[in-house]
Amino acid sequence: MEYKVPTMADLTAAGETPEVLFWVGCAGSFDDRYKRVTVAFVRILNQVGIKFAVLGTEESCTGDPARRAGNEFLFQMQAVANIEVLNMYGVKKIVTACPHCFNTLKNEYPDLGGNYEVIHHSTFLQQLIDDGRLKVQGGAFKGRKITYHDSCYLGRANDVYEAPRAIITALDADLTEMKRSRKNGLCCGAGGGQMFKEPEPGKKDVNVERIEEALGTGAETVAVACPFCMVMMTDGVKNKEKEDTVKVFDLAELVASANGW
Amino acid sequence: MPVVQQVLFALVLGFVGWTMFRRISVIKKTIALGKPEDLTDRPGERLSTMLRIAFGQKKMFDRPVVGVLHFLVYAGFLLINLEVLEIVLDGLFGTHRLLAPLLGGFYPILIGFFELLALGVLVACSIFLIRRNTGSVPRLSPARHRELNGWPVKDANTILVIEIVLMIAILSMNAADSLLQERGELAATGPYLVSRWLMPLFSGLGDGALHAIERGAWWFHILGIFAFAVYVTYSKHLHIFLAFPNTYFTRLKPKGEMENMPAVTKEVKLMLGLQTDSGEAPAEPGRFGAKDVMDLSWKNLMDAYSCTECGRCTASCPANITGKKLSPRKIMMDTRDRLEDLGRNMLANGGEIKDDGKFLLGDYITAEELRACTTCQACVEACPVLINPLDIILQLRRYQVMEESDAPASWNSMFQNLENNQAPWKFSPGDRFNWAEKVN
Repeated sequence: MEYKVPTMADLTAAGETPEVLFWVGCAGSFDDRYKRVTVAFVRILNQVGIKFAVLGTEESCTGDPARRAGNEFLFQMQAVANIEVLNMYGVKKIVTACPHCFNTLKNEYPDLGGNYEVIHHSTFLQQLIDDGRLKVQGGAFKGRKITYHDSCYLGRANDVYEAPRAIITALDADLTEMKRSRKNGLCCGAGGGQMFKEPEPGKKDVNVERIEEALGTGAETVAVACPFCMVMMTDGVKNKEKEDTVKVFDLAELVASANGW
Repeated sequence: MPVVQQVLFALVLGFVGWTMFRRISVIKKTIALGKPEDLTDRPGERLSTMLRIAFGQKKMFDRPVVGVLHFLVYAGFLLINLEVLEIVLDGLFGTHRLLAPLLGGFYPILIGFFELLALGVLVACSIFLIRRNTGSVPRLSPARHRELNGWPVKDANTILVIEIVLMIAILSMNAADSLLQERGELAATGPYLVSRWLMPLFSGLGDGALHAIERGAWWFHILGIFAFAVYVTYSKHLHIFLAFPNTYFTRLKPKGEMENMPAVTKEVKLMLGLQTDSGEAPAEPGRFGAKDVMDLSWKNLMDAYSCTECGRCTASCPANITGKKLSPRKIMMDTRDRLEDLGRNMLANGGEIKDDGKFLLGDYITAEELRACTTCQACVEACPVLINPLDIILQLRRYQVMEESDAPASWNSMFQNLENNQAPWKFSPGDRFNWAEKVN
């Protein structure tokens, strides 16, 4: 099928309103690895027949990294500008594949005048599976060991623990938990602005500590649901020289690839 | 009981009450140094949170064995206080076991139950003392965590030893009492469930010696409790009281949500031309972020007094686990140390704080600690009494960046990219939608 990526500007010009706005995020737009996640998710949306739109070049960073680093002014400049755009288009519902965008849009934009129903793509995919709109052909992952690394901004920050696991289970995969999981999950090391700076002096990098735990489960696939976790886990696998045997995938990639999309 | 003892008792009780009142008012004053924050919405949810987390100790049971041991000490503390009430009344009225005639046959059962609790406290505290001092729990080891060196270790051991000694006193008192009852020296209400097993230890003693032990243990026990009550207010053990308000006044929002800064919003809207200047004199915004405890919310400060230094936050902190300087427990201890220094400052200067040239940021907590935080919420999740070290870290970061422009160079580049390209990386905003070429 030919995949389409309508923008809000196009739809509005045609007098149409989408069911949901797909907030792509900076990593999903610019990071070569995470662009593949964006593509996978867009293919799923097309295949399922969801009427969606993106902001395209009208989107800009939610401001999360600035806010966590302490630059409230810059955060609010970004946020207020984004809210202007979102409200201009009358956006009601937003789905995003980035837990940091998800947290900021959902929890922090309301104080600045942006009120939307915001869901993370893991919850969105789970709902599609539950409603029978999205069939997951287990094939490629059937019986394969997958471990899921909880994103802090999805898990502890917003209590989303089960949706990602439900998707892995729907793949008929063998979900193998790390010892530190769900609310006890260990951070990948990139949150709070760490993604954009060198770590402080210490004995070890956080992502190495985490990937050792993931490798300890014997899983060949490490599933993630966050662009920062993706970078950190992938680097961790490289650090351990396991890139030939262990792969890091986002949940949307798992679903799309299981279906041959 | 001679009247002298009664008078003495009343004087001691009054002195203890007065000392505690003074100390509590200092603590209240230092907490009130914090900024106001309204945390009184949704009272039903708050009450149920307090009942589950503080009264029901829900989070303590995340580690079941320690959870049960801690619950024994907690239940002992709550319920044995009923017996302490009898002791205080006896002391004031010069009576002996005032409640026995009122409760009849139920009295020995009740005392037996209290003794069982006392035994539980004794056993649990002994296990805690061994566990803490043999290095078997890394988060409690001063060799691994610099913030525990000195006073915190002594404080922790003192509390456990006092609790053990107090329980021995109450059991010895009851054993001696029961022997005197057998000999017809006192009205018979015992022997009791646990102390009866101690009676053989004392049975060779004469009446006079038994009276001395009974009275001695009685005084030792109640004076010990009074001393402990005062001590607690200077110690990390204050969590036994503050766990309740601290869980009640917790923030009920999703953990991921950072507090908004309305003063900034106004400026941003003016800059973006979304709001016109109303001509009103702008309210003095004070400091952006926090440099000292006065810039934090009163809830951050109550958090600091509620911390019992168990270190579950630090044990779950990814930065700490990987050897960085950050320890969320130290953030709380530093905040409290700062408050205590200001409390002493106030007392020494007639209720006013004299500038001591010190600040929480810099003199207690360093930039390196703040910068190691990944904001992962593990510390917040781990705390059994809903303390939030992360909120303090983020407010201090705000001060660093907004007031002092003090950020690592790579963060400054990230800020610049955000300003110029609306993305944290140096990509052209015009290329933001190029990924769409890859979908087919």
